[in-house]
Amino acid sequence: MNRETKRETAAAPLSVTGMTVAYQKKAVVENVSFTLPEGRLVALIGPNGAGKSTLLKAVLGLVPSISGSVAIYGDTYKKMRSRVGYVPQRESVDWDFPTDALDVVMMGRYGHLGWIKRPGRKEKELAMNTLEKVGMADFARRQISQLSGGQQQRVFLARALAQEADLYVMDEPFAGVDAATEKAIIALLGELKRAGKTVLVVHHDLSTVEEYFDHVLLLNKKLIAAGSVETTFTPQLLHETYGGKLAIVSSGGREALVGE
Amino acid sequence: MMDFWIILTAVLVASACSILGCFLILRRMALVGDAISHAVLPGIAIAFLMSGTRDSMWMLLGATAFGLLTVFLIQTLQTSGLQSDASIGIVFTALFAVGVLLISLNAQHIDLDLDCVLFGEIAYVPWDTWTLGGTEMGPRAVWMLGITLTVILLLIGLFYKQFKICAFDPAMAAACGIPVLLFHYLLMGLVSMTAVSSFESVGAILVVGMLIIPAATAYLLTNRLGVMIGLSVAVGIVSAVGGYLVSYLLDASIAGCIVSMAGILFILTLIFSPSHGLIVKFARKREAAGVL
Repeated sequence: MNRETKRETAAAPLSVTGMTVAYQKKAVVENVSFTLPEGRLVALIGPNGAGKSTLLKAVLGLVPSISGSVAIYGDTYKKMRSRVGYVPQRESVDWDFPTDALDVVMMGRYGHLGWIKRPGRKEKELAMNTLEKVGMADFARRQISQLSGGQQQRVFLARALAQEADLYVMDEPFAGVDAATEKAIIALLGELKRAGKTVLVVHHDLSTVEEYFDHVLLLNKKLIAAGSVETTFTPQLLHETYGGKLAIVSSGGREALVGE
Repeated sequence: MMDFWIILTAVLVASACSILGCFLILRRMALVGDAISHAVLPGIAIAFLMSGTRDSMWMLLGATAFGLLTVFLIQTLQTSGLQSDASIGIVFTALFAVGVLLISLNAQHIDLDLDCVLFGEIAYVPWDTWTLGGTEMGPRAVWMLGITLTVILLLIGLFYKQFKICAFDPAMAAACGIPVLLFHYLLMGLVSMTAVSSFESVGAILVVGMLIIPAATAYLLTNRLGVMIGLSVAVGIVSAVGGYLVSYLLDASIAGCIVSMAGILFILTLIFSPSHGLIVKFARKREAAGVL
């Protein structure tokens, strides 16, 4: 509605200040502060156990943080919830649940429906559209356990699209997917970027960071660095992030990075 | 007329349990249902001691409070680092023991038969009637179960989408602003209410059977949650009516026959289900092998 004025006030899609999260007194995320620029594709990278997923969950209020604050478009997450779309890790749900792809995508609308209203024709249409966008329209009525891992991931992406958000937060969407799905996700990210959306993605594959993303956050419990891919995705900073677990393979004058 | 009341009671128990059971097994909380159905015992006993009557309202409140306490304690133990199965085992047996102790210590004050609490005696249901202003309103258990079932239908009907997304993807639900914890305790409260309304008829132990078996049977027959709930209720009702008839023929425990009937229906489904059945799975394997 007044999205234009929002942009003028230049409130960043996501601004995190001094975030610390601990599980049973052991800090998993330590004093992390960053601000995401609008309309960019941002990769959150770091070694296993660096607290990437935890940081995302803390931002969304899914795990309690010890300290720190989160601002989404300049306001609290509670108020801005409808502008955030979330794609959890695929393994976080039970795919044997008795439901089909279309039904899962419609869940993306539940937050907008309020307490009592049930999803109706409008929600169904929107859900079909988003399934189309990820190339899954033919599988709308398929039971979700009968989908491949990549197809399940695309259903999750369609569900986030159905949330019609401005900021998307995705937890490892590329993990264990087939080539067709990887292509579909990249196309989708490009489309979101063109529409001026901001996307924060937990990413594992260092070899594709430069190709897929504009911006990186390097995390290893603490935030090592944040910035554009050109200035921040450097061997030196990556070494600092991954410690000894990183091998740099040089071939043909070009350095390839292999995490862990 | 006696038969009518007994069958109606059994059908009400079966319906209430079958609906809730679907959500319990989908959330992998079948054992929490088991725990609640036992742990409501001290609630029943304390309500008895405090009110001095078999007033159902008190029992309902006391038992629901203990049901929620059980869930809370299980979660507290889990977050403090104990395995979930061990937490469940500790909490419900300890609370159940307290209930047994309370009843046996106050046997002269409590008009409550321990055997009846554990195994239920649905045959006595028609005699325990509720009188309002001098008018006999029918069996107390039927009223209690009727109210419980109405509350379940109302809440699950109104908040179906919340219960569904909380069962499938609680993280997503929370991110959408749905109060996951509230719906968790609401479901647990309903299970507690059902457990205490059912204990007179099927007993604290067999109520678990009615919570889990019809829902598990329905799970093997469909890929849609709405259909699963409907089928679960159907299986529950068939078990209730069929079990009663069998108990009449065999002159055996009614509750025992009802749950055995549910067990037989489950086994038949496990073998013959057109989508998940063993025969179909075997045939598919043969077919796949044949193709290769």
